[in-house]
Amino acid sequence: MSKKIGVFVCHCGTNISATVDVEKVAEEAKKNNPGVSYTTTYKYMCSDPGQKLLRDKIKEEGLDGVVVAACSPKMHEHTFRNASKKAGMNPYHVEISNLREQCSWVHPDKPTGTEKSVDLVRMMTEKTRKDKSLNPIKVPVTRKALVIGGGIAGIQAALDIADAGHEVIMVEREPSIGGHMAQLSETFPTLDCSQCIMTPKMVELAQHENIKLYTWSEIESVDGYIGNFDIKIRMKARSVDLDLCTGCSSCWQVCPCKKIKSEFDMELGNRTAIYVPFPQAIPSKPVIDRENCILMKDARKRNIKPNDSKVCRKCLDSCPIAPVKAIDYNQVDEIVSEKVGAIIVATGYKELDDTSMYGEYGAGKYKDVITGLQFERLASASGPTEGEIQRPSDGKVPEIIVFIQCVGSRDPAKGCSYCSKTCCMYTAKHTMLYKHKVHDGHAFVFYIDIRCAGKDYEEFSMRAIEEEGATYLRGRVSRIYKKGEKLVVLGADTLTGSVVEIEADMVVLASAMKAQDDAEKFAQKLSIQYNKDKFLSEIHPKLKPVESSSAGIFLAGACQGPKDIPETVAQAGAAASKVLALLSADELEREPVVAKVDRLPAPIFSTCIGCFYCQRVCPYGAIEEEDIKARDGSTIKTVAKVNVGLCQGCGLCAATCRSKSVELAGFNDEQVFAEINSVEFN
Amino acid sequence: MQIEERKKIGYYPGCAITMGSSSEEYGTSVLRVSEEIGPELEEIHDWNCCGASSAHATNHKLSTALSIRNISLAEQSGYKEILAPCPMCSQRLIISQKDVADDEELKKDVADAIKMPCDGDVKIINYLELIKNYCMDEIAEKKKKTPKDLKIASYYGCLLLRPPKVLKFDDPENPTSMEEIVKATGATSVDWELKTNCCGGGFTLSRPDVVLKLTNDILECAADVGADAIAVACPMCHANLDMRQKKIGKEYNRKFDIPIVYISELIGLALDLGPISLGLNKHFIDTESVVNAFA
Amino acid sequence: MSKAEAKPENQFEPKIIAFLCNWCTYAGADLAGTGRKEYQANVRIIKLPCTGGIDPLFLIKAFERGADGILVSGCHPGDCHYNSGNYHARRRWNVFRPLLEFCGINPDRIQFSWISAAEGGKWVETINGIVDAVRELGPFESYQKLNTIGPETTGEATAASGETG
Repeated sequence: MSKKIGVFVCHCGTNISATVDVEKVAEEAKKNNPGVSYTTTYKYMCSDPGQKLLRDKIKEEGLDGVVVAACSPKMHEHTFRNASKKAGMNPYHVEISNLREQCSWVHPDKPTGTEKSVDLVRMMTEKTRKDKSLNPIKVPVTRKALVIGGGIAGIQAALDIADAGHEVIMVEREPSIGGHMAQLSETFPTLDCSQCIMTPKMVELAQHENIKLYTWSEIESVDGYIGNFDIKIRMKARSVDLDLCTGCSSCWQVCPCKKIKSEFDMELGNRTAIYVPFPQAIPSKPVIDRENCILMKDARKRNIKPNDSKVCRKCLDSCPIAPVKAIDYNQVDEIVSEKVGAIIVATGYKELDDTSMYGEYGAGKYKDVITGLQFERLASASGPTEGEIQRPSDGKVPEIIVFIQCVGSRDPAKGCSYCSKTCCMYTAKHTMLYKHKVHDGHAFVFYIDIRCAGKDYEEFSMRAIEEEGATYLRGRVSRIYKKGEKLVVLGADTLTGSVVEIEADMVVLASAMKAQDDAEKFAQKLSIQYNKDKFLSEIHPKLKPVESSSAGIFLAGACQGPKDIPETVAQAGAAASKVLALLSADELEREPVVAKVDRLPAPIFSTCIGCFYCQRVCPYGAIEEEDIKARDGSTIKTVAKVNVGLCQGCGLCAATCRSKSVELAGFNDEQVFAEINSVEFN
Repeated sequence: MQIEERKKIGYYPGCAITMGSSSEEYGTSVLRVSEEIGPELEEIHDWNCCGASSAHATNHKLSTALSIRNISLAEQSGYKEILAPCPMCSQRLIISQKDVADDEELKKDVADAIKMPCDGDVKIINYLELIKNYCMDEIAEKKKKTPKDLKIASYYGCLLLRPPKVLKFDDPENPTSMEEIVKATGATSVDWELKTNCCGGGFTLSRPDVVLKLTNDILECAADVGADAIAVACPMCHANLDMRQKKIGKEYNRKFDIPIVYISELIGLALDLGPISLGLNKHFIDTESVVNAFA
Repeated sequence: MSKAEAKPENQFEPKIIAFLCNWCTYAGADLAGTGRKEYQANVRIIKLPCTGGIDPLFLIKAFERGADGILVSGCHPGDCHYNSGNYHARRRWNVFRPLLEFCGINPDRIQFSWISAAEGGKWVETINGIVDAVRELGPFESYQKLNTIGPETTGEATAASGETG
């Protein structure tokens, strides 16, 4: 029954052997432990000959347990487990004693380090004795991906995956894909037209045979686990049949509700109640805004079906499709189900619009104090002013514009401490666009610091200052107030230590990039983490930048934190490549470090008492309820069961279990107790 | 006896508005109005300087002790609230209260210095708070006069509102308390931009050039929106805006003649109290136009 | 070899068992190693995936076996690899602490800390801190004394070694 354990002590060159007497460690490992049948030391265990030594000895000595006393398991646990697997031993009988990081490098006194090393080896020997064979968990994979959000991040990721030959489902909650990038006028640092580079991608996506697009739709629920997600999508009632509609535009030309603020134009322009958000929209088919349509309003008020209201039927009447019209007032939300193997979250950001935060800037009462995205729409050739910079209040071309950076960013006093990262660059761009359009105009920029780190970024912002003549003032604006037709901007120039007062025609706030309003709720729907600012969290800031905390769910774009377009596209590509790796096989293997609820022969079946405390603490919803049934089908008892697909192996359930019915493979009670018991106490 | 006393509010005049001082018309009108519509104000016995200005600028502990002594005196007399109409005083008292609450050591030192305990939970209120909390119904009830076409710009200055985290009074960027009171007197409240701007009070003596610029901005803005008078609730603001109009005219080539009235005077006029009893004859800029509007 | 080698002034060398989470503190301890930061050798690390998976019985067991002090350390609040494991650990610790006192164990013998994978320095400080603190408290012997009460012992507290298997 007793295992035959081999102990391999590594010199690590002299990294270990200089301050640990490795020979003594090997000797003591054997002396004190009858189960240890073989010990040796070797110069570099991780080298090829070292691994060969391990493999050979497993075979020659018939070892069924191995302790490698070397460096941190984070370095080479994987290496040695693989080696032992090749030698025909179950890799989970290999344990690592961390002599290098925990002894030789931190305890220069040789006897001390040696004594501790002996202890550490014994602890792992005893743990190894209790190790059980574990087999990697195989999970089938649905080779299809879901991309949530149809901005540039989602579009890029979806195209990358689809081009590689996998099916992609894209869900976008707005009537059209395109996101914020479609709203931008020109893009830094090249000043190429955003729509010119964006719309071809949108068209490509819409026409891609591997991509199924749901617009005006939202994620209702996400169930399942890596490789096997069950998605429910709510297709919001569009009131327009996408199959029938040709996007001929007759309906929105006749719609009588013409004064609805356009979301796409950041409320600087108007749209109708049946509308496509912008001319290049994909799909270029309209949606009825049920909040504002007078027919829908009437139906709501009278509590009748929309089609029974006769208040206005202009769009329906104008629809040339026959015999069945493409407009259906009575359409209702529809829930559709999809199965996917991986998810990319690309839900983007929202521009700060809580004007009440900045009472000193007028709290939204001055029409000519606008946000960055509003300026983009003003500067855009397809915008409400057709690209002419006109101030919203009276259409006058502003002679002096003040740009204020870091509005809602880097302002802990207002509860937003982070840097929005893009504003320095887009403000520099704004000053250029303005100067290109209004040659004798003057742009002032108030900034805290200019952060233009990026390829060609610094040069770009210097161009705004040196060539385009924007006046940069280092300081914050304390107040904006109206004086006649002008806006008086009171600020500080901290470099000269003086107070600056500028009478401007228009003020542009470089408003922060914030997380979507519902980011928190959305993250909880997907069981992924988010930070204090509600941006979704990657699992490791450096080494796993696109992986969310839930396996199989990846992040792309500004939903994870403020980002500019190049960075977003790069991240989207990275997320897509992760998805492709995941979808590359029919099955995927996972580490078998998962929890298990015991099962015993009748009449006990399981020591689980069915309290389900484990269910409450499980961060992954991995604990299911299982009915143990008698032959007649009646339930004998309901006990907990771990879904190994969802379980991430934290062990919370095991520590919480009242009846000790749950064990965590690789870290069960026996193994931990064996470690504790084997420490040599005074 | 005890309970009845607590209904009264401790009145802390401070140096600027007490009888015989430069802004006595503010104090006079506050007391006169409260005689008429309540609540009953009782001067805190043996009050002393609040510690603003010189003490505050030179010795933090001294200024705190000065303030806290007044609060402790009020507490010992059984007041639950102190009215300090001068915002310099109310701000100083509130900040001192917070400072000793946050700093055990300071609290001990102050208690030693004033030979009184200093942990009273007396609430310090400014004049706008008093009117809003106690007098809005009374004004409506006892109002006798409604002015004809009197456009008032409400001016708060800085001390009533800042620092907002400590004072917690109204919206620091867009306060509206005074406007509500103005409307209650029957006058028209005009919306204007500079109601919370600084009048330069702190630089009155050291940098009159700065004060002239700031007061000019304020007066200009009020004049541009057509205000007939500016209402204030601070003796510093009053002094700067009232006294400097002629000088501004010289400096900036614009002649102003805008009466600066205390909000208490305005209420008094609406209650038909005599202009002299309200101190309206003690202003630099003639207040006749305002008085006449109530005729 | 069982007894601690004769130290300079023959001072008491406590044994500390550290229960660490795999993701933060274990990596922090590794970082202390990579940075060659020296610290006292009295600690024995037991690695678990998450502090939330530490059964209080492990701690009791360690004391029973003769540990003089215990450290439980994991990720900072908000950083848990498993979203919320460290919060569960913290809550469990709040409930467990009074129970320890009830069991006759001075709660000063056990410390709870957050050490991230980037805080090698903090790991060193924490270990030196707890070793010094426990050295001050002296050996924890009461449980071992009880252990020795049996048919053939006389009661003098000498830790039996290697009795487990």
